[in-house]
Amino acid sequence: MSSAIKTQDLVYFYRGAEGETPQTVLKGINLEIEEGSFVAVLGHNGSGKSTLAKLMNAVLLPEGGSVYAYGMDTADETLMLEIRRQVGMVFQNPDNQIVSNVVEEDVAFAPENLGIPPEEIRKRVDGALKAVGMYEFRKHAPHLLSGGQKQRIAIAGVLAMLPKCIVFDEPTAMLDPQGRSDVLRIIKKINREQGVTVVLITHHMNETIDADRLIVMSDGAVVMDGAPREVFTHVEELDALGLAVPETTQLLYALNQKGFDLPLSAIAVDECADAICGALNQRALSRRTGNAPKSED
Amino acid sequence: MLKDITLGQYFPGDTPVHRLDPRTKLILTVVYIAALFTAKGVVSYVLMFAALAGSVWLAKIQLKALFKGLKPVLIIIVLTALLNLFLTDGDPIFQWKFIKITVQGVRTAIFMVIRIVMLIAGTLLLTYTTSPIALTDGLETLMRPLKKIRVPVHELAMMMSIALRFIPALIEETDKIMSAQKARGAEFDTGNLIQKAKAMLPLLVPLFISAFRRADELATAMECRCYHGDEGRTRMKQLVMARRDYIAFAAGAAVLAAVITLAVFGL
Repeated sequence: MSSAIKTQDLVYFYRGAEGETPQTVLKGINLEIEEGSFVAVLGHNGSGKSTLAKLMNAVLLPEGGSVYAYGMDTADETLMLEIRRQVGMVFQNPDNQIVSNVVEEDVAFAPENLGIPPEEIRKRVDGALKAVGMYEFRKHAPHLLSGGQKQRIAIAGVLAMLPKCIVFDEPTAMLDPQGRSDVLRIIKKINREQGVTVVLITHHMNETIDADRLIVMSDGAVVMDGAPREVFTHVEELDALGLAVPETTQLLYALNQKGFDLPLSAIAVDECADAICGALNQRALSRRTGNAPKSED
Repeated sequence: MLKDITLGQYFPGDTPVHRLDPRTKLILTVVYIAALFTAKGVVSYVLMFAALAGSVWLAKIQLKALFKGLKPVLIIIVLTALLNLFLTDGDPIFQWKFIKITVQGVRTAIFMVIRIVMLIAGTLLLTYTTSPIALTDGLETLMRPLKKIRVPVHELAMMMSIALRFIPALIEETDKIMSAQKARGAEFDTGNLIQKAKAMLPLLVPLFISAFRRADELATAMECRCYHGDEGRTRMKQLVMARRDYIAFAAGAAVLAAVITLAVFGL
C-alpha cells in the first residue's frame, strides 16, 4: 500500500493583523490517504477541512509538521508544479475556476500550462470532456451553462492534467439537486473507472455514504475516522458536533430509542427499508405467537 | 437592462469569417478603420459599406445583434451629429438668431454619423466572430516582438481574456444586487444626477467586494492548474494562416487601395 497524501503533525494558522493572536486552524493532523481510495472529509464550517484541502497540493504551506503528496514534500518549492499536476483540485464555486470563454479552451488551460504538445492536448481535452459527459458542449460559452454543468467543466479541466488524485472542496455546495447528483456520480465514476484517488470535502453527510473512508473533523482536529457505516453509528457524537446523520440513520436511531433493535449501519434507503420491514414482520410474528419482546410502545 | 450590453460578446459560429485567423481579422480591422478615415466621397463610402455588408453577410451575424451593439454609443453618435451640424462654418441654408445650419455642416454630420456607425459595426464584427481567447491569442502573437522591449505581452493578454470572461458574470451579479436592493426599497431610476450617483454606492460596494473575492479564488484555481506565466506554455489551438486568410488579405488590400485611389480624386 502506498499513500497518496500523508500529513505529519500538520499545524496551520492564519496570521492575523499585527497585534492579533494568530488563529490556529489545524492542530496537529496525522493522516494517510491510500492511493486509489475514495475518502470523504466531513466537518462543520470552520472545522479546518478546506484549509486541510489547500495544504494537500501546496496552495498553502504548513506552519508546522509536513505534508507529502506522493512522497513529495509540499514545502519544497521546486516540486510545486509536479505536486499540483498530480493532485488536482476542484473548488466550490464553478464560476470562479473557469478561465476561458469557450468550454474546450478552458479544459485545455492546465495542459497548456504544462507545456504539452498541441495534438496531445486535443486528445486529453476530448477525453476529459467525454468523461464528464460534456463533450457535446465543447464549443459553448460557460456562462450559459447550469451550475452543475459548469462544475463538470471544472472537473474536466482538472482531469486534463491526468492527476493521480483530485481534492474536491465542497463541489456541490452551490448546486441544485440535479447538478449535485450529477457531480457526485462523476466523482464516483472517476474514482472507480480511472482509479483516481478522491478526497471529497463536504458538510453533507449523505454525500459520504459511498466513500471508502470517512474522516470527521472538528475544530482543527480529526475526531472520527473509519468506514462511513461505522462512523454513522455514533449518532450522539455527530449530533453534538452539529452534523446531521443521514435520514435513514436518524430513523433507525429513533426507532431503536423506542425499543427496536435495528442495525444503524443500514444507511442505504433500500437496506433501511428492508431492516425496518424485517423488524416489523418479526414483531408481528412474535405477537401472534404470544411472546412479544418487551417494549414501551 | 444590463444584459443588453453586448460589447465584447462573442457569438459562436462556423462561417468563413469565424474560421479566419484572429491575426488576419485584427489586421483587417485596422486596415478597415484606416480605410474608413481615408474615405472622403460617396463612392468610397459605398465601397466601404459593401465590404462591411459583405462581411456581415458572410459571418451570418443578425442585424439585430449589430444594432443592439450600437445602442450604447447612440448618445455619442447623436452628439457628434449635432455638434457638426451646428458648428461647421460655410454657406448657411437655415438661420435663426444664433442658430445656423450650413450645407457643409449637414454634409459633415451625415458623413460623421456614417463613419462612426461603420467604425463600431466593423469592430463589433470582430468581437462577434472571434472568441476572446482567439482574439487575445492573436494580439499576443502580433505583439510578441514587443516582448524584447520588456512589454509584458502574455500577462496583458491573459488579463484581457480574464476580464472578458468575467464581464457576463459581473453583469449578472450587478443585476442580482440591484434586484436585492430594489426589493428593500432602493431607487436607482429616480431623482437627479447626484441622487442617482448616491444610489449607486450600495451597488458598487458589494460588487467590488465580490469582484475581489472572485479574483482571489480564480487566482488559486489557476495556480492549482499549474499556471506559472508563459514560460514553457503551449497552446492547443495553434494559429495557422490558411488560404482563406490570404484571400481575405488580398480583398482587404484591394479595398484599401481602391479607397486611397478614390480619395486622391476626392470621390
